[in-house]
Amino acid sequence: MIQVRDLVVRYGSATALDHVSLTVETGELVALIGPNGAGKTTLVNTLSGILRPASGSIEVTGRLAHVPEGRHLFGDLTVEDNLRLGAWRSRDRDPSWLYGLQPQLAELRRRKARTLSGGQQQLVAVGRALMARPDVLMIDELSLGLAPLVVTQLAAELTALHRDQGMALLLIDQNARLAFDLCDRAYVLEAGRNVAEGPCAELARSPEVARAYLGGPVKEIS
Amino acid sequence: MSDFLSYVLNGLAVGCGFALLASGLVTIHRVTGVVNFAQAMFAVVAGLTAGSALGAGLPHGAAELAGVAIAVIAGLLTGLAAVGRRGTTPQSALIVTLGVGILAYAVEIAIWGDQPRSFAGLPGSLEVGGVAIQWQYLLVIGVAAAVFAALALFFARTDRGKALTACASDPYGARLVGIDVLRMSLIAFALGGGLGGIAGVLVTPLQPISFDSDVALIVNGFAAAIMGGLNRPGPALAGGLLLGVAEALVAGYGNAAHQTEIALVLMLAIMIWRAVRTPVVQEETV
Repeated sequence: MIQVRDLVVRYGSATALDHVSLTVETGELVALIGPNGAGKTTLVNTLSGILRPASGSIEVTGRLAHVPEGRHLFGDLTVEDNLRLGAWRSRDRDPSWLYGLQPQLAELRRRKARTLSGGQQQLVAVGRALMARPDVLMIDELSLGLAPLVVTQLAAELTALHRDQGMALLLIDQNARLAFDLCDRAYVLEAGRNVAEGPCAELARSPEVARAYLGGPVKEIS
Repeated sequence: MSDFLSYVLNGLAVGCGFALLASGLVTIHRVTGVVNFAQAMFAVVAGLTAGSALGAGLPHGAAELAGVAIAVIAGLLTGLAAVGRRGTTPQSALIVTLGVGILAYAVEIAIWGDQPRSFAGLPGSLEVGGVAIQWQYLLVIGVAAAVFAALALFFARTDRGKALTACASDPYGARLVGIDVLRMSLIAFALGGGLGGIAGVLVTPLQPISFDSDVALIVNGFAAAIMGGLNRPGPALAGGLLLGVAEALVAGYGNAAHQTEIALVLMLAIMIWRAVRTPVVQEETV
């Protein structure tokens, strides 16, 4: 679905991504973790075509959709308008199928996006991305600023979409434990470079990863 | 009493002209976040072009359309200069539009000279309650009503209209869903040019225009547009009508020289009122 090789992205003279590689296979759940400034957002912005790479290659098959950090909804428009614009590239912009999947969105459809709570806004942001009927959904900070209960609900919905429609996921989250729980495989970026990758369960056993991102070594459950 | 009625009716027509000008400002600001200081230039260019086209033998209708077409092109060129480069902030673009407006003076003087020009509008008048109102005034009111209805439908009912609004609401979000923000911005400038042009060809028969008529026009247009926070066509229409009637009454019963002051005082009052009423909100940035 996504194949990134040796990607280099620069902001002026600063190198944000330094020969980064990453793959997301069809229907795969992949986490991307790393500290602030590691280049995670730069990577998804480049995949979305917002940023131009200096070198390296990106191959994408199928449709990509991107839930950006900070949500970036159209605050002056209603929830329904936001959803319809999520399908801007396609002919069919009717969100009824999404309302069937997500009844809460139907209840909110006439509200202006700016009047929603953080959790509701995140729900709309994910819904807007789903309207593009993506094969891969990229989410930049799913849980940031949200109550744990809301995060659990969103995570369950994403799992269901993956299970029912085979949608792949590339998830960035400050909460690495959440990302590891949700995903099969993970990449760790630091200072614009790949520093580790592998199945989440394996990475979680690595002392460095556990110390840096999971709040200490994980005890083996025997 | 009949004086009063005639002032009000004339004021409404002039107010519709202001409102049309304001609608162009609103369209461009709503989509790009840019306050377009070249807006009244579109009206001047359209009015002068229509006059020349009539002089060259084009019939009414065709001449006015030619004026509006030139205004659309002027709008597009202004848009290219102001927002054609990705990453230009609305503040920088505002200065560019100011520059374009001044540059246009030179072009207008080179083509049409510096003397005011006018052309005849619809001849004759209609008796309403013992007051004669010129057909041209009724035409202005009718066209303004049609344009505002069309704009309201476009922004409220069509996905394209909503996509235009989304561009100013969150340009980054708009790009992520695949909206071509640059293209939408240029469409907004072209549309703004057309709306300014419509105002110009309708108003020129009522008051002769020259290259520097844009100052009086833009002051009135701003005063009207600011009613809706530069974003909403409905209040801009109300603002234009209020302004037109107020100025007609002042000119009728007092001194016509004070018309522009009315607009300035009204604009100032609305801005202060809005500033007091609206809480300061920190905008999220990318």
